[in-house]
Amino acid sequence: MISPLRLSCLFVCFVGTLLSVTLTGCGKKSPSSASDSAPGSKILRIGNGAEPKDLDPHVVTGVGEHKIITALLEGLVTYSETGDIAPGVAERWEISEDALTYTFHLRADAKWSNGEPVTSRDFARSFQRILTPTIGSEYSYKLFHLVGAEEFNTGKLTDFSQVGVATPDDRTLRLTLKHRTPFLLESLLHYAWFPVHIPTVEKFGGLDRPGSTWTRPGNFVGNGPFVLVDWKSHQKITVTRAATYWDAANVKLDGIDFFAIESSDTEEREFRTGRLDYAYSLPLSKIETYRRDHADTYRATPYYGTYFYRLNVTKKPLDDKRVRRALALAIDRESIIKNILRDAGQTPAYHFTPVSQKFAATARLSGDLAEAKRLLAEAGYPDGKGMPAVDILFNTLDSHRTIAEAIQQMWKTRLGVNATIQNQEWKVYLDTTQTLNYQVSRAGWIGDYDDPHTFLDMWITGGGNNQTGWSNAEYDRLIRSALTQPDEAARMAVYQKLETILADELPVLPIYFYTRIYAISPKVKNWISTPLDNRAWKWVDLAD
Amino acid sequence: MLRFIARRLLETIPVLFIIVTATFFMVRFVPGGPFDSEKATTPEIRANLEAYYGLNLPLHQQYTNYLKAVVLDGDLGRSTKYASRTVNEIIADKLPASLQLGGLSLLIALVLGLSAGVLAAVKRNTKIDYLASSFAMTGICIPTFVLGPILVLVFAIHLGWFSASGWYSWQDRILPSLTLGIVYAAGIARLTRGGMLEVLNLDYIRTARAKGASESRIIFKHALRGGLLPVVSYLGPAIAGILTGSFVIETIFQIPGLGREFVNSAFNRDYTLVLGTVILYAVLIIALNLIVDVVQVWLNPKLKFE
Repeated sequence: MISPLRLSCLFVCFVGTLLSVTLTGCGKKSPSSASDSAPGSKILRIGNGAEPKDLDPHVVTGVGEHKIITALLEGLVTYSETGDIAPGVAERWEISEDALTYTFHLRADAKWSNGEPVTSRDFARSFQRILTPTIGSEYSYKLFHLVGAEEFNTGKLTDFSQVGVATPDDRTLRLTLKHRTPFLLESLLHYAWFPVHIPTVEKFGGLDRPGSTWTRPGNFVGNGPFVLVDWKSHQKITVTRAATYWDAANVKLDGIDFFAIESSDTEEREFRTGRLDYAYSLPLSKIETYRRDHADTYRATPYYGTYFYRLNVTKKPLDDKRVRRALALAIDRESIIKNILRDAGQTPAYHFTPVSQKFAATARLSGDLAEAKRLLAEAGYPDGKGMPAVDILFNTLDSHRTIAEAIQQMWKTRLGVNATIQNQEWKVYLDTTQTLNYQVSRAGWIGDYDDPHTFLDMWITGGGNNQTGWSNAEYDRLIRSALTQPDEAARMAVYQKLETILADELPVLPIYFYTRIYAISPKVKNWISTPLDNRAWKWVDLAD
Repeated sequence: MLRFIARRLLETIPVLFIIVTATFFMVRFVPGGPFDSEKATTPEIRANLEAYYGLNLPLHQQYTNYLKAVVLDGDLGRSTKYASRTVNEIIADKLPASLQLGGLSLLIALVLGLSAGVLAAVKRNTKIDYLASSFAMTGICIPTFVLGPILVLVFAIHLGWFSASGWYSWQDRILPSLTLGIVYAAGIARLTRGGMLEVLNLDYIRTARAKGASESRIIFKHALRGGLLPVVSYLGPAIAGILTGSFVIETIFQIPGLGREFVNSAFNRDYTLVLGTVILYAVLIIALNLIVDVVQVWLNPKLKFE
């Protein structure tokens, strides 16, 4: 019989063995410790949201992945120091008179991190890869402006030479578009258009399938300002300055550590203790404190996105646009921004597309509460009487709940309309929304590129992102005509008409325009704010 | 005893089979799928992704393929969320951190819990008892998502002794292990106190005292064996939970452990990762329950291997 004392000893031995097996590298500080860096070296440490799905630009879809990939790879164009479009691998380009052909001239000194030159064939083969059906890239549609790209991606065309990508020589890339795409250069900033080193991808079996190991440290060959050194899953990704980058002289940082931190509370604590130079987001509860006490680190900058509610127009009572309008007018957007969102720079949304340098919608949702009540009465629901309860659906998150509760209360007290609120876990919510199994559903949309088209083409009949059941023939005709307009003024005029239709029909209720709220150390220099919150890493610097 | 263990091991086969089967079909019937995202994809892209992961096959065929791969090759499949990683790889990568965190927490839980429990029982109704019992009650009442940030606030932010989060150096292990350990220590202290009090009133203890045995001998040699029985029963599932990680602790302290993968895989509808982690947890719980049963027979002469 074993005595309890001996049993305890055995147990301690078991735990001890367990620890000795697993405590690798615990006795000394890990070489890749968060605070480790060579003396005087400039390592930027940033919070980067969730663990990236992968680092393959043809496979991933996330914002965090975008930040890392733009450090490792570079497309035809990039951001200038001030956030404008600047030459990347392409040193110059020409646009044909009909604006359907773009000819890019690649710089001679663009190199992969293994020393090989970056050629136009690398781009062409990369475009072929992302459009290859078996890769299943969710962002392949970004290349659908190219002649034949959609057909190739959907398997209707198997010969890639018929897609509008030509390589007359190693340093010339010609893209032929199926329609005018005035925002093509903005689109090219997205990683879907970035080249990958095809021989490396091929070596690891990833040419025609997602999920190969070419993206691991040691395997990854890139052409960006930084090279991948280390990837500790769910901890951090380390990149260091690339000696082979064509503009290496302008790269200010020695390296960047991208920390995978999902919780904004954890991230904020890391920032406060000085382990991060940049916190991707701040918890709502900390905004006031930062604004008051840490103004030197607090930033709130415009973000090209809209927070809105989708309305299912296929079901009563929201099939009646008078009801939709009444509900829209009864929302006090200023109050939501002031009392719930801590007035952190968000602006109330009375139209759908956020204001940008290119476009500011003139159509606005306007009217007062009296009009809302009149419309509701006309629709057969005077003071909300007889109107069935409206259900507001949102994905589980406290801030969505608070906004939904506020709107529920506004509709009740101002219109007499009863609303219920319902939260669903993310994937269930997506399924419910996509199958139109809802009445009112929360949504947010961040532009794919800096152009109103990315917001307004959502509402085309049957569009994958429409998800309201709304259809309007005139709207469809106009959105199709937008890309055939002879000049930018005419194109913007089309978007004004589209906004007018949206403000009249209201298949969606815009609530507010987003603001990016984050904390950044005063040591970080040249951190520019852009509408999509992207920048070229080569310009960012750290003060000593 | 060997026959007992062999029989129990054989029993685990149908148990595991039922767990795998139930989980396989349950995750499939939850609304939403691995490729649902906010931005709509074309039916062609979805079909290609489903074909790549074998999700286009009839469900029964997917099920038999999965079982074959797991049983014959030990292959738990490819994660749909982390495109370039297999489930085996993710488990091998994440389990060590969870084991480290769990091992240290267990040590803290046992040292604190057993000492507090024994002290409280021996010094019953004294200040020491009240202090130990208060510790236990506080530990049980304060959830980890409150205790963790409080410890960070005091020891990392104000005193600057430890990192606020991360899993890089040995200092990073202390706060999360303490947070998790204290919660389990509280439970162990309560059970130890209860178990000890019951045993200390039994006749054989009185007999030992009458025979003049020293108090320490009575406690450690005679009483502890019986007093530990409830703790041992508790430890089986507790150790499985502790060793395989804690979602909350791993999130608060940014630890690359398996607990977060387990919970997030369900949110991501990463079917293979859900199944892989469930299988691992099931095996651990079954194994630890078996160990607990064996230990209980050792501790309690009234029980037999039957």
